[in-house]
This record gives sequence, C-alpha cells and structure tokens, in this order.
Amino acid sequence: MKVLEFTALVWLGSFIAGLIGSLTGLGGGVILVPFLTLVFKVDIRYAIGASLVSVIATSSGAAAAYVREGFTNIRIGMFLEMATTVGALVGAYLTASAPSKLIAIIFGVVLILSAYLARKPRSQRERQLPMDRLATRLRMNGSFPDLSGSRAYNVQKVPTGFSLMFGAGVLSGLLGIGSGAAKVLAMDRTMKIPFKVSTTTSNFMIGVTAAASAGVYLHRGYIDPGLAMPVMLGVLAGSLLGARILTKADTKWLRIVFSMVIVILGLEMIYDALLRRF
Amino acid sequence: MMRSYDGFEIRNPGQWTDRRVEQIVGKLLRVGVGLSALVILTGAAVYLLRHASDATNYRVFHQTQPELRHVRGIAKSALALEGRGIIQLGLLLLIATPVARVAFSIFGFLEEGDMMYAVFTAIVLAILLFSLNATV
Repeated sequence: MKVLEFTALVWLGSFIAGLIGSLTGLGGGVILVPFLTLVFKVDIRYAIGASLVSVIATSSGAAAAYVREGFTNIRIGMFLEMATTVGALVGAYLTASAPSKLIAIIFGVVLILSAYLARKPRSQRERQLPMDRLATRLRMNGSFPDLSGSRAYNVQKVPTGFSLMFGAGVLSGLLGIGSGAAKVLAMDRTMKIPFKVSTTTSNFMIGVTAAASAGVYLHRGYIDPGLAMPVMLGVLAGSLLGARILTKADTKWLRIVFSMVIVILGLEMIYDALLRRF
Repeated sequence: MMRSYDGFEIRNPGQWTDRRVEQIVGKLLRVGVGLSALVILTGAAVYLLRHASDATNYRVFHQTQPELRHVRGIAKSALALEGRGIIQLGLLLLIATPVARVAFSIFGFLEEGDMMYAVFTAIVLAILLFSLNATV
C-alpha cells in the first residue's frame, strides 16, 4: 500500500475507534491494536507504540475537561500513579523481551475480559462507608458535586487498590493501552470510590501511566511517525467529537454491539497468534 | 480557616486552592495536546507531500530509524524540516504533556503546604524522568 492511501485509511479507522471509544466509555486504544494488526497487518510492536501515543492524547484531552467539573480526585490519582508508573515501566520492558505471539494472546484475553467488565452494572452505594485510617491519613476522602450540592465519600482498602494499580500499569505498558477498565475496577470495586470519581480519576491517571512507558517505547523504536501520525490525529478527532455528542446519544445499544466486536477481535487475536502469524 | 474541598487546611487562603490548581492543570493539558497536534499536522503535510507514493512496510518490525529514537536526533531532523522528524517532535511534545502536568502539581502541592503529596508527586516525576532518560 502507498503512503497516502495507508495514512488516509488508518486515519479513518482511528477516527471511528476514537469516536466509538469515547461514546461507550471503553476507550479507543483497546480496539486500535487489533484493528491495525488484523486489518492492516501491522507488526504488533508498531501497533502498540502508535496506540500508546494516542492514549496519551485522548486521556489528556478528556482530563482537561473533567478536572474542571470537580469529579477528579487529584490526590487519589497522584498517589496511585506511583504504582501505575512503576508497573508501566515493568510492562514496557516485558514487551521488549516477550515474544510477539505471547503479547498477542495476552491482548486477546484482556480484550475479552474488558468486554465482560463493561457489561457489568456499575455499583451503587447509598450508604456512607466508615472512614478508613490509612485513607484518612493520606487525605484521600473527598466529595463530588451532585443534585443536592455535594456528596462526601470515604475511600477504603488503599493497599489492595495500590497493588491492583501496579497490575493495571503493567498491562498498560505491556499492551500500549490505557487499561482504564482495570483502573476503574480497582477504584470503584475495591477502594469504594464513587463511579464518576473513579472514571474521571482513572482517565486523569492514564496519560501519566502511558508517558512512563512511552520513553521506553520510543527508545526501542516502537513509535514510528508514519503510523503514529494518522493514529494519533484520528483517535483525537474521533474522541473529541464523541465527547461533544455524548450527552445526546443513547449509547446502550452501541455499548452492547461494541462489546461483541471486542470479544470477536479478542478471539481472532488469540486464534491468529496460536495458528498463524505474530 | 480556609479549607480545600477535601477538608484539608490551606495555608494561603484563596490563592492556591485545589480548584485553582485543577484549572491550571486543565489548561496545561489542553495547550499541550493542541500544540502537539498542530506540530504533527505540520509534519504530516511535509511527509505526505514528499512521500505520498512511497510504499509502506509495517508488516515486519525493523525498529524506527535510530536518529528518530532520541531527543537530539529528533530535534536535528525536525530542524532540517524532514516530515518524519517534525511528526516525531510533535509526539515528544505529547509525551511531555503529562510529565509537565506532574511537575506543575509538585509546585501546586507545595504552595498548598501539602508536603506529603509534594513528595508523592516528586516520586512519580522521578519515575517518568527515569523512563525518558533513555531517550535523551
């Protein structure tokens, strides 16, 4: 394929990935890598490099809007980033030494798991939880705006959450994804942080986590400008448009369809890795 | 006594509240992403004008050329107005955006008198710089 044609098609595909990713809240990065490897036959290391860069763009773009709304808890985010960035470094070094076949299989499994997690209903907590000693000492408890003005929350199980965040960081560095689903899981389910605070704080952390592996990726030659350019510009444009129309769109069916697409892509990646390429 | 939204005491009332820091962080992120997108678009124009009909080869991994894998080489290539170098410079700006956000947050926490979080943030910054150190 010629450069112009390749750039245009990859841009279009990335635009759609970014749009659907932001409409469904599942993130575009998770389908970018299968899209690039399965459709365009791009080597998985180039695909991971381009995906990681686009993750930084969308996370930073969206975080800029979210921090102003007052849901993001910067202290929780910054504390947990100590775990995600170390994890991301470990993940990035693993990617450099693990065989592509193995990375493709792990990617497939993560795709299927994230589709499953996205189908589960979000947790609802009406009752105020007791104050946790460590969380209080770390000044993590906060409040967020709601209909009645503002609602306070008490963070739980900080050490478990911190360890899970290390794992989320490893996945991010290993696969070039934001691993937002894993981050939200750790904050919402384990640390009992309200869902909206979890998602916006997760998004806030994704860019920093990705930046920790980006240095390693760049140095190892995973980030190719000819590929990263249409991917970054496409995903950014798509996710910005998605954020704009999000309030008007009914995303229930889109989420279901997109979850199924993710499962199929995951199975395809595992199948390909076991029987054919990578 | 002024308190920030999570009940923590603020030493400089009204000057450096969490909200104020958040607003600056938001602006920083927007400017960083916008600027990098502009640089990448410029590089894309140069790259496409010169290489539109070249063949692509991403099927086989052979690493990006060595000079586009570290800061000095990228700066040199971008100054020579090579499309791929300009794109890579834009990508560097993008990677630097969250790093700048973290660096600014240290300052924000210090201004609030929150030493504990200033230290946590400095640790995160050190990890990021360790990763980027390989590319200098």
